Amino acid sequence: MPALPPNPGAELAALALLGLSSLAALGFILIYAFGASLPDETQLLGASMGLALLFLAAALIVVGLRLVPSEEVAEAYPPQEHPGEQQVIAELVDESGTRFTRRRLFKLGLLGAGGTLGLAVLTPAASFGPLFHVGDFLRTPWRRGRRLVDEHGVPYRAADIERNDFYLAFPEGVSDEEKEQMAASLVVIRLDPAQLDLPPDLKGYDAHGILAYSRICTHAGCAITLYRAPLFQPAEPKPALVCPCHYSTFDPATGGTVTFGPAGRNLPLLPVFVDSKGFLRAKGNFNGPVGPSWWGVRMWKAQP
Amino acid sequence: MTSRGAPLTRRSVRWLDQRTASAPLLRKALRYLFPDHWSFLLGEVALYAFVVLVATGIYLTFFFVDSTKEVVYHGGYAPLYGQRVSEAYASVVHLSLFVRAGLLIRQTHHWAANVFIAAIVLHLFRIFFTGAYRKPRELTYWLGVTMLTLALLEAYVGYSLVDDLMSGMGLAIGYSVGLAIPFVGENLMNWLFDGMFPGSEQLWPRMYIAHVLIFPVLIAVLLTLHLLLVAMRHHTQFRRTKAQTEHTIVGIPAWPGQTPRSLGLLIGTAGVLFLLGGLVQINPIWLWGPYHTYSSTNGAQPDWYLGWLIGGLRLVPSFDLTIAGYTLVPNPFWGGAAFPLVVFGFLYLWPWLERRFTGDQAFHNLLDRPRDAPVRTAIGIAMIGWVFLVFLAGASDRVDVTFGLAYVSQIWVYRVLVWVLPVLFGLIAWWVCRELQAGERVLGERHEAEAEARLARPL
Repeated sequence: MPALPPNPGAELAALALLGLSSLAALGFILIYAFGASLPDETQLLGASMGLALLFLAAALIVVGLRLVPSEEVAEAYPPQEHPGEQQVIAELVDESGTRFTRRRLFKLGLLGAGGTLGLAVLTPAASFGPLFHVGDFLRTPWRRGRRLVDEHGVPYRAADIERNDFYLAFPEGVSDEEKEQMAASLVVIRLDPAQLDLPPDLKGYDAHGILAYSRICTHAGCAITLYRAPLFQPAEPKPALVCPCHYSTFDPATGGTVTFGPAGRNLPLLPVFVDSKGFLRAKGNFNGPVGPSWWGVRMWKAQP
Repeated sequence: MTSRGAPLTRRSVRWLDQRTASAPLLRKALRYLFPDHWSFLLGEVALYAFVVLVATGIYLTFFFVDSTKEVVYHGGYAPLYGQRVSEAYASVVHLSLFVRAGLLIRQTHHWAANVFIAAIVLHLFRIFFTGAYRKPRELTYWLGVTMLTLALLEAYVGYSLVDDLMSGMGLAIGYSVGLAIPFVGENLMNWLFDGMFPGSEQLWPRMYIAHVLIFPVLIAVLLTLHLLLVAMRHHTQFRRTKAQTEHTIVGIPAWPGQTPRSLGLLIGTAGVLFLLGGLVQINPIWLWGPYHTYSSTNGAQPDWYLGWLIGGLRLVPSFDLTIAGYTLVPNPFWGGAAFPLVVFGFLYLWPWLERRFTGDQAFHNLLDRPRDAPVRTAIGIAMIGWVFLVFLAGASDRVDVTFGLAYVSQIWVYRVLVWVLPVLFGLIAWWVCRELQAGERVLGERHEAEAEARLARPL
């Protein structure tokens, strides 16, 4: 290594930076110890720790660029290959098998043993979760006669549902845990019955313009928490239920058909009616599977 | 010779060598050469961000509770008081607001994840455009691409573990993308989540062990192999002078030249990450609130490295692939699974594809400059342009809010642009490369002519 002349300036700079690093690190400790009541504690902690590290880094860079020899050196790349060694290895491998007469069969045997053992080792992973239980995807807590209640369990009356607003509803009597099931939650709205244009198979799913859709988008499983209720019809676009994840847009007047965005399937609709006391009740189950789609989803019906 | 009185360095080296027989190896390691170029530091930054991730992550494990059991929040953060939250979410709120330095470490961890993936991606660009993946370094490259996929999964799981509103929305989307995989989707997700979304109480311990053990250990193992392969074949280099050839490497030795620089970069990276963690707020989960399947919020954006996937999901028009009323491929598969599969398929196959079309079987220790391989550069720019446009499309809702450009019109424009512009980008890149090459040729000829003219001048 070539001897280089001293560089007192760089040395001094590096030392100063090391000192500053120590100071900042001390600052961090002091802020941690006494700064509990400071409003900007996190900022001060971050700044002091960050600066302590950056000063130390700067000192090291000064050392690297100015104080240690950093001349470039040339050297040969490692050889592209080692033919001698390659040959020895190949011979070792080949010669070790001279006593085997039925090589093909042996390879097959080894492969078979390895494969089945591998499969056996992986088998317990099947305990991870239920396989071949598509039925679970179709089960919903809704049955005929079940009342629609709000987050706190208070039943909705038809009169509670106003136009240009939307409501979160659950089946009456479900636990907090059951509320998390995708098929439990609804988005309930009221449209002018004259606006309704439900297809023939969904006739009677509404109760005087009140519609109860599944709250879970059929695209990617997010909750539908946007309701576009036009104030100036017909200048503004039609009412729409929108998912904020990828903006799948469903037309509630036509049975939850997709008018924009990526969803590939209509939003499932729950048939409802108003009982003699004015409460909203389910008339049956959804008109299709709830939640994001899987292959074959259209073959199935929602089940109680 | 006695060791008594010998300088401390010599005694230590001797002590170590006698017990480990490592002096020859150590000597070689100290003189290992690092060719010098700023772009060679990108991979190092990724490595150092990983170090910070592990260090801050270990701290976080001491406070995190991996349970989605619902509790009524009775902690000190008033806006949440009395709400039903999961133990996981409550523990992160507590860590963020009531553990000294907890928020700093958590935010530094989150920033480090963002920087980690950014550094890997930039490193990948450097490797791609300089042809560093060519023989004999294909294995190193494939390990690197695999680490990128693992890093994305690792980051996604970490982000999901918090169980705030955003993480729950992200998890629902991930679940739906998995569900949309034809033929296996519903069983795969049932199996992974131990039941239908939002899964059983088993899910969080599973995600947690994946996040703090399985993925990090996998990344660490691949990282070790990656670095080992780099060292065994030695680093590639640009041809800056005549001394750098396919057979001769020119660089700064590990000791003493490179060591303070690399240490400085490690500590500097950590310093920047702590400054970000302390000064720039990231993911204030106490503001988002807890997740319930029936809640969501508008204007949510994932961390940057998932932006291309939200863009892909949003751009696909409304359709499920159905045959006679039978659903074959549900919609989220295209944007959420097929799109990344194409991108990563391209990355994995590229070294093979290039060799196939150029017939280049040679050993390469010298790097190309992007202009030296116009077709490769054009294809790379087109791919980046494609992914970046989809990424931009993912932010259309924010553009709508910020600049008032209608979301629906933006999506329609993007649906066309993502197919047109990348081709244009590629053609422009190709043309620029050719022009740069031509410019260099002209310059070279001029220098030659000038030299000849000087020689020809009468004395």
